[in-house]
Amino acid sequence: MNPDMVMYEEEFEQIQGVCQRLHRDAHAKAVLLIDKNGQLIAEYGEMTGVDTTSLSSLTAGNVAATGGIAKLLKESEFTGQFHEGEHTNVLITIIAQRVILVILFDERSSLGLVRLRVKRAGQDLSAIFDALLAKAEQPSGPSIFSEITDEDIDNLFND
Amino acid sequence: MSFINYSSREINCKIVYYGPGLCGKTTNLQYIYARTNPEHKGKMISLATETERTLFFDFLPLSLGEIRGFKTRFHLYTVPGQVFYDASRKLILKGVDGVVFVADSQIERMEANIESLENMEYNLLEQGYELAKVPWVMQYNKRDLPNVAPIEEMRELLNEANVAEFNAVATTGEGVFDTLKAVAKKVLTELKRGGNQ
Repeated sequence: MNPDMVMYEEEFEQIQGVCQRLHRDAHAKAVLLIDKNGQLIAEYGEMTGVDTTSLSSLTAGNVAATGGIAKLLKESEFTGQFHEGEHTNVLITIIAQRVILVILFDERSSLGLVRLRVKRAGQDLSAIFDALLAKAEQPSGPSIFSEITDEDIDNLFND
Repeated sequence: MSFINYSSREINCKIVYYGPGLCGKTTNLQYIYARTNPEHKGKMISLATETERTLFFDFLPLSLGEIRGFKTRFHLYTVPGQVFYDASRKLILKGVDGVVFVADSQIERMEANIESLENMEYNLLEQGYELAKVPWVMQYNKRDLPNVAPIEEMRELLNEANVAEFNAVATTGEGVFDTLKAVAKKVLTELKRGGNQ
């Protein structure tokens, strides 16, 4: 099986910081960071009333399908996608081939500005994820899973 | 590939329901959705055709409770069963932590079951997973129909690996939660095993 993706407090705060800055600099409605399997990593901005779990899963599905199309066309990847709506526009960018950055924005911003800000944020996020990957590969203390007992797992299923 | 978030103290895992067209994968998820408390589930999404055949996937997020202070969340997906959607099936297997193979018990669907199981093994391998190393369980669905194959025969044809198997009638819910619990348990046990290495 592939190695698990792990997120620690320190990197999470750094990621939140990047999302917060991107949200401000791009005049975005919201910024989301999603892993390629559809798990939400971080979010910042106006997401009240939006089902972010579903949004993450569908975005990852969309990116996976677009990746499949790229492969058929012998492209390594389409790194960006843009969806234009009446009230909300969405820019989807793949960062470091690992995570998906989603920016929701409206008439207060523009695609050009968002793209420009995403470029900088993408570099920052790449560096954080590189560090995170290196950290996950380091032998650290015992994982939380080594402490889990069979009884803990059984208890989860007691109705 | 599970996602362990120490910051929000969450463990996220992905389970995929695989099987031939019309075997009842979506029905499994619909039953789970209908019988789960609202606080433990998110919205169920079905990307389906106008005739309600799965086009890309169904998705259902579930929370199972806490283990050692970590919330366990399972994302359940189905694949489209129809043969020509193979490209989509491959994509959905990416990052999978556990699989439920839903077999259609009707005698005339045995060949479709075998073909789908072989397809699953092949597609998993393409994603870098060996079926023997993936936590998976077998569900013999539609046991209420009159033309079903005997379990012994299905076992011989489909469960050479001798994984945990369950009789089910997904429309009434029989065996649905037993199957889910078994695969979730296998996934967590596998994570625990990985954590001990």
